[in-house]
Amino acid sequence: MSYVAIADQHAHLHDPQTFLTKYVWSQDHKVIAIQYMVTAMAIGLVAIVLSMMMRLQLGFPGTFHFINPSNYYQFVTMHGMIMVVYLLTALFLGGFGNYLIPLMCGARDMVFPYLNMVSYWVYLLAVLVLVASFFVPGGPTGAGWTLYPPQAILAGTPGADWGITLMLVSLAIFIVGFTMGGLNYVVTVLQARCRGMTLMRMPLSVWGIFMATILALLAFPALLVSAIMMALDNHLGTSFFMPALMSLGDPTVHKGGSPLLFQHLFWFFGHPEVYIVALPAFGIVSDLISVNARRHIFGYRMMVWAIVAIGVLSFVVWAHHMYVSGMNPYFGFFFATTTLIIAIPTALKVYNWVLTLWRGDVHLTVPMLFAIGFVFTFINGGLTGLFLGNVTVDVPLSDTYFVVAHFHMVMGVSPVLVVCGAIYHWYPKMTGRMTSVTLGKLHFWLTFLGTYAIFLPMHYLGILGLPRRYFAMGDTYFIPQSVQEMNAAISIAALFVAASQLIFLFNLAWSLKHGKPAGGNPWRATTLEWQTPDTPPRHGNWGPELPVVYRWAYEYGAPGYKDDFVPQNQPPDGRVAAKHG
Amino acid sequence: MAIAFALVLLVIGTVAFHFLNPWWFTPIASNWTTMDDTVNLTFWVTGAVFVAVNLFMAYAIVRYRHRKGESRRAEYEPEYKKLEWWLIGLTSVGVVAMLAPGLAVWAKFVTVPDDATVVEAVGQQWSWSFRLPGADGVLGAIDASLVGADNPFGMDANDPRGQDDVLIPGGELHLPLDQPVKVLLRSKDVLHDFTVPQFRVKMDMVPGMVTYLWLTPTRTGEFEILCEELCGMGHFAMRGRVVVDEAGTYQAWLASQRTFAQLQARPAADLVAGQATFAVCSACHGMNAEGNQAVNAPKLAGLPAWYLARQVHNFQQGVRGGAPGNDIAAQMAAIAQPLDDTAIDNVVAYISTLPDNATHRTIRGDAAAGASSYTTCAYCHGATGQGSWSTNAPPLAGMSDWYLARQLQQFREGHRGRHPQDFHGAQMARLSKILADGKQTDDLLAYINTLR
Repeated sequence: MSYVAIADQHAHLHDPQTFLTKYVWSQDHKVIAIQYMVTAMAIGLVAIVLSMMMRLQLGFPGTFHFINPSNYYQFVTMHGMIMVVYLLTALFLGGFGNYLIPLMCGARDMVFPYLNMVSYWVYLLAVLVLVASFFVPGGPTGAGWTLYPPQAILAGTPGADWGITLMLVSLAIFIVGFTMGGLNYVVTVLQARCRGMTLMRMPLSVWGIFMATILALLAFPALLVSAIMMALDNHLGTSFFMPALMSLGDPTVHKGGSPLLFQHLFWFFGHPEVYIVALPAFGIVSDLISVNARRHIFGYRMMVWAIVAIGVLSFVVWAHHMYVSGMNPYFGFFFATTTLIIAIPTALKVYNWVLTLWRGDVHLTVPMLFAIGFVFTFINGGLTGLFLGNVTVDVPLSDTYFVVAHFHMVMGVSPVLVVCGAIYHWYPKMTGRMTSVTLGKLHFWLTFLGTYAIFLPMHYLGILGLPRRYFAMGDTYFIPQSVQEMNAAISIAALFVAASQLIFLFNLAWSLKHGKPAGGNPWRATTLEWQTPDTPPRHGNWGPELPVVYRWAYEYGAPGYKDDFVPQNQPPDGRVAAKHG
Repeated sequence: MAIAFALVLLVIGTVAFHFLNPWWFTPIASNWTTMDDTVNLTFWVTGAVFVAVNLFMAYAIVRYRHRKGESRRAEYEPEYKKLEWWLIGLTSVGVVAMLAPGLAVWAKFVTVPDDATVVEAVGQQWSWSFRLPGADGVLGAIDASLVGADNPFGMDANDPRGQDDVLIPGGELHLPLDQPVKVLLRSKDVLHDFTVPQFRVKMDMVPGMVTYLWLTPTRTGEFEILCEELCGMGHFAMRGRVVVDEAGTYQAWLASQRTFAQLQARPAADLVAGQATFAVCSACHGMNAEGNQAVNAPKLAGLPAWYLARQVHNFQQGVRGGAPGNDIAAQMAAIAQPLDDTAIDNVVAYISTLPDNATHRTIRGDAAAGASSYTTCAYCHGATGQGSWSTNAPPLAGMSDWYLARQLQQFREGHRGRHPQDFHGAQMARLSKILADGKQTDDLLAYINTLR
């Protein structure tokens, strides 16, 4: 209680005075959130450009002579790593986690604001080290985002001199920075919720981010130790992952290590990582759908338990990435079973999103379009997961374009659609202005239909047997000419989708000045972030007194109220909560 | 509303695309038809869910969309446990329906039949080789530290079980029809993956351990081996071939292969005999094998014996110089004909003792610009153009630049590296495609001219 008493007194917060403390060395979770978002989107643009380089080569091989196998594999690697770690993880946890947790939980800030600030600057350092690898001799690593040894640190792979070292250092820095932020998010959710905000009243956005953060805190250490061990193998000649082998005809100093050990460690991180990205998306999209369907989320309790179940199960499925790795094939029985079990809570979430629309009052706003686009894309990507999770079905499809199509649908396009929807949804709270609906819809249709045109055909190229991570297919007698034509078409679609992201950025920039004023609660939503006395919320969020929560986050269409939504902090007798400021 | 129509159209379009697109599994060539069955089953189950859930979503959007001016309220019923449990139950049934057959097939995969014969496939950056256990049915011991130009398999010469092992360095493996085979997989350097799409099964090759897969070839034919685990710059160009033969053809192929003991027993090269044979070569290639552009004869001095021997064999067998429209190479093919294996060993040994003097440069270009193109070449040919037996790449430094230019052109235009047995040439042909004709090539050669 003593914490609440202090938190209730706004005067103790020492509002920042100078430009530097307000916008640069800021300890305000909202500023840090935006710093995270802007940085993540900036490095994300680099990743998009890299993917366009890849598509130029795949669609029109032999046309662009500045693309060679070395830099192609560097594009592949950096695109994957940036998208998964530096964009999506940072954006969902560092960006939305930072922005939403204190506001949705009714806290003044994260519980460790200074640590929160340091977390961002360490993240920025990780990004800068990553970017630096483009400018060192030999360029960035081309080992694939999975960084499998032995090849990642041997001469046959691009970036084996400097690139791989900078990659490992950057990941280690990222993990340090993330741990600072992640501890903050977990402790804030557990300790700093306002009065009345029980765990089972929390919005699913917070549940998704909270669970994802716990996964990340448990999973990233596995990546950290593998990065350290690989760096030692590389520079000190240890043999954690390196058996006796030769490198392009030369003997090496290594003996006795296990390449499979790295793969187990990597995927012990890597599979939860999928859910580190997916769970915040699940949570946020639940809220977008509920707000715009003007209906409570269907089966809230089950949705919470599904998030928890998926989080727990995500730690016992990792070796489904390794069915053809050469590990003991008997593992296949266990991991296929656990993997298909995880489909059940995931399917339940899909059903509940769709059932939330049923008997709702569906408003097709821009965020809602993105949410619906997400559900469609996620159904497709989730179902193809049932192919790859089931060991026998995986074997012929493994390492083909089917895999590329699957993971782009399920953890590329799906979360990106949620990111876009979420930005359109919370932009009015962050800036006080609405975004352009026309541009938002244009952006949605180009992105949604364009990405489907890119990735749907890839499944079938994979079934034919087109291998992934090929710089060029060349003459291969089971590959007909039509595959090349399809690849060209996919590349053209990809160029359109990439270009349409400029519409998004333009919309965000333009609306900053010219958007319609949003007011405090433009979506007529129940959750606390829309009930702040100021928009954008000021430092400390709540004015003199913290809000008090009386109900769950989904009081939409409840009978007996004038409006079709009841804010969480509205007292049960129907009186409107006291307004401040 | 538009989104609901879009969802319906996307569902229809996806189903139509599924049935109408021209790409499906390659015709199967192994016993693993059950794998195809599980894929098909999974398509039916997931396809039904895809159609049902998305159409339901589209219907819900149409039916419950907000209309302007209408003040309808959503239904308020926070708990609907019964429906949720039904959905969980149905989903579980679907999951079991896919998982159970999958695990049943996997049980077959992990149980290798007792009558399966053993072959070993060996991966290295970026080529394939193979080993058969020979008459004793047991593969001999190998050791990574023994691998070298003279012993590419790393065979332990003291192991009696290895003496009869059949060593196949070329990239082409033959398998007998209808005979179950356990393919042991090994790598000398990094991860690779043995994939023949028509066989369906695939498995990574991991240095430091032996992995396996098994199959029964069910139709004759030639099938490409692809590496499907990223193994560095040349990953996409790492190709091999499996040929499935009738029993008789297979035995004939097997009889033509050589065992480790046979390869060991080859006599040491006779330099005097080699010098005598070289008299013929010197007419064009020069007394010191320095080359003569006037008669299109490249410099040979400085090339290692393993490379020269392979090229002479290639000329003999029509692997080089057999393509129409290549008169220069055809000349060499004719001259190589009379040489037997011993004569080839002798003459290439002699040539490799000749002094490697600097050549006259004939190509001008911007060496600094060429340096960046050379990064790709350096993976196989070495940072200083010194060549490498392990990547099967000859030295480039100090070689005749006009000859390199012509070979690059031959590779790019498909005159060289096209023969089915020319696995290394095919690799160079794939890689030569990244280079533009004209200035980029001249710059590259100018850079190679600076290497020594």
